[in-house]
Amino acid sequence: MSINLRRVLLPALGLLAAVYVAPAFAADDEPPPPPKQDWSFAGPLGTYDRASLQRGFQVYKEVCSACHAMSLLSYRNLTALGFSDAEVKAIAASVEVMDTEPNDQGEYVERAGRASDHFKSPFANEQASRAANNGAYPPDLSLITKAREGAADYVHAILTGYKDAPAGLAVPEGMNYNEYFHGHLIAMPAPLSEGAVTFADNTPASVEQMAHDVSTFLTWAAEPEMEARKRLGVKVILFLLLMTGVIYAWKRKVWADVH
Amino acid sequence: MSTSSNAPKKNGIVEWIDYRLPIFTFMNHELREYPTPKNLNYWWNFGSLAGIMLVVMILTGIFLAMNYTAHVDYAFNSVEHIMRDVNYGWLIRYIHMNGASMFFLVVYIHIFRGLYYGSYKPPRELLWWLGLVILVLMMATAFLGYVLPWGQMSFWGATVITNLFSAIPLVGDPIVTWLWGGFSVANPTLNRFFSLHYLLPFIIVGVVMLHLVALHTHGSNNPLGVDHKKNPKDSIPFHPYYTVKDMFGLGVFLVIYAGFIFFAPNFFGEPVNYVMANPLQTPAAIVPEWYLLPFYAILRSIPDKLAGVIAMFGAIFILFLLPWLDSSKVRSATFRPIYKQLFWIFLADCLVLGWAGAQHPEGAPLLIGRLAAAYYFVHFLVLLPLVSKYEKPRPLPESISTPVLAKTEKA
Repeated sequence: MSINLRRVLLPALGLLAAVYVAPAFAADDEPPPPPKQDWSFAGPLGTYDRASLQRGFQVYKEVCSACHAMSLLSYRNLTALGFSDAEVKAIAASVEVMDTEPNDQGEYVERAGRASDHFKSPFANEQASRAANNGAYPPDLSLITKAREGAADYVHAILTGYKDAPAGLAVPEGMNYNEYFHGHLIAMPAPLSEGAVTFADNTPASVEQMAHDVSTFLTWAAEPEMEARKRLGVKVILFLLLMTGVIYAWKRKVWADVH
Repeated sequence: MSTSSNAPKKNGIVEWIDYRLPIFTFMNHELREYPTPKNLNYWWNFGSLAGIMLVVMILTGIFLAMNYTAHVDYAFNSVEHIMRDVNYGWLIRYIHMNGASMFFLVVYIHIFRGLYYGSYKPPRELLWWLGLVILVLMMATAFLGYVLPWGQMSFWGATVITNLFSAIPLVGDPIVTWLWGGFSVANPTLNRFFSLHYLLPFIIVGVVMLHLVALHTHGSNNPLGVDHKKNPKDSIPFHPYYTVKDMFGLGVFLVIYAGFIFFAPNFFGEPVNYVMANPLQTPAAIVPEWYLLPFYAILRSIPDKLAGVIAMFGAIFILFLLPWLDSSKVRSATFRPIYKQLFWIFLADCLVLGWAGAQHPEGAPLLIGRLAAAYYFVHFLVLLPLVSKYEKPRPLPESISTPVLAKTEKA
């Protein structure tokens, strides 16, 4: 039995390793893997650093949201960042949104945002977005960390990966060189510069700090359930281990008389 | 745990019902008294685990369907609605999503157990067939379900797989149009995929019932492969022995399953499926879920589309012929020194195929995939018939009790 187990489990684990760990045979200009960062939410017990989330939201609001939508989020979700109901209402009210229902005259009118509204998108549609962005379409950021290999590390790497193009590489008009972007040529100009925002908590706004905070915020946006998930997971697994141990003892007892 | 009284307790209402509709007698007979070989090892846990996974998938699926919208404009966002706004929607979805991988993992182990111990041999050929029918239905269901979140891989996976039917001569293209309900994968496709994804699991339930009827007719095979009904000492009642053993196995399985659900819920997924389907933008690589990769590798190993499709379906069909390709009278690989080696090589071959299916089909991975695909068929069509004819099996024990008792005495 034990021999069989080992002989089967090892190849099975080998399969998983081969399929999921081994990178596809890399093309020559494949970007390097994004450097691993130290995240508060990493690991089975990791949680979101609330101060970092709030700073990250500020970076999104003041920088990213000029071009990138986050249409899956609502202002009410921001209470999870540690904002009070009143603060969330104020944040929502700071934008004008087009009402989704017509008024009594049958006209669609703009009104102040409410907590129940989805984040206001910078452009009405993809065409408007492309027209304003030199033909490029800044992706919606609601799920960006889940939708990219490397997750938060990747987002951080992109935000900090702007460099002068290597000699001999012509960067076309309207494009920028980024070490970590696939193909290295990215339409988005370096979005963060030293002091681009003034953090409410007086944290110095270095590019590194802003990239770290906004990546944390975007991870929360993609996986708002993460903390609840991990907390429940610890309880469930502890219960299962206990239950399985008891059943094993029971099994031993039942089987004691079988030869 | 006394086993002295194995008869059901008398109860007026139960008796009244049972006299008219003998479900209690039936359950007692099939789940309690049911004589089972006493030497089943833990590889025999995976059948019941597969049954439990089917129930888990159906239950979580029903609740997901209550909140899902099968429309190209809303499907992706309705899944995110489940993840964000439905109470414990994330839990239900992650159970379902990882459940698909767990279901296949369990079923593949169940199948390889059957291969090792010769569970497909007489009189269990139809039992084996029904199991294969379940596998095919599972693959179809999993494929249909993967399309529903309407991410990039959903859309492009659906496009690639449905396009396979265009390889059929003459009627291929009309068939693909008919499958799509239009001239591309679009809203009618998504609607029918949802409908079929909801239907097929219940058909699987039906085939599982037949699988169990066939199983209980001759009982489980066992690690020695000798008939357990010859010697009364070889059998023990299913309850409590195997109920408790299955429960223990279930506990271990659930710990692993929960590990994925709560701590790595997207381990088996592709990040690009969190990007909404875009018919105008092909993803860098289109790969199916891991459990279909070996078959995908076989498909891609042949440059001709039709031949590739035939090879892929042939890889499953050939399993139906297994009881006749392997003519050895001895079931268990324990007593078949050469077949035992072949089994492990075949398992490794399947793992290599799975790896090859995940790579870009060029250069070394393509060559390795081709060799592995060729070996897959050589194993069944050449090696197995020859080995089963010329191999000299080791002597079989007379009954299950004989070697077990002998071992105990030595110890």
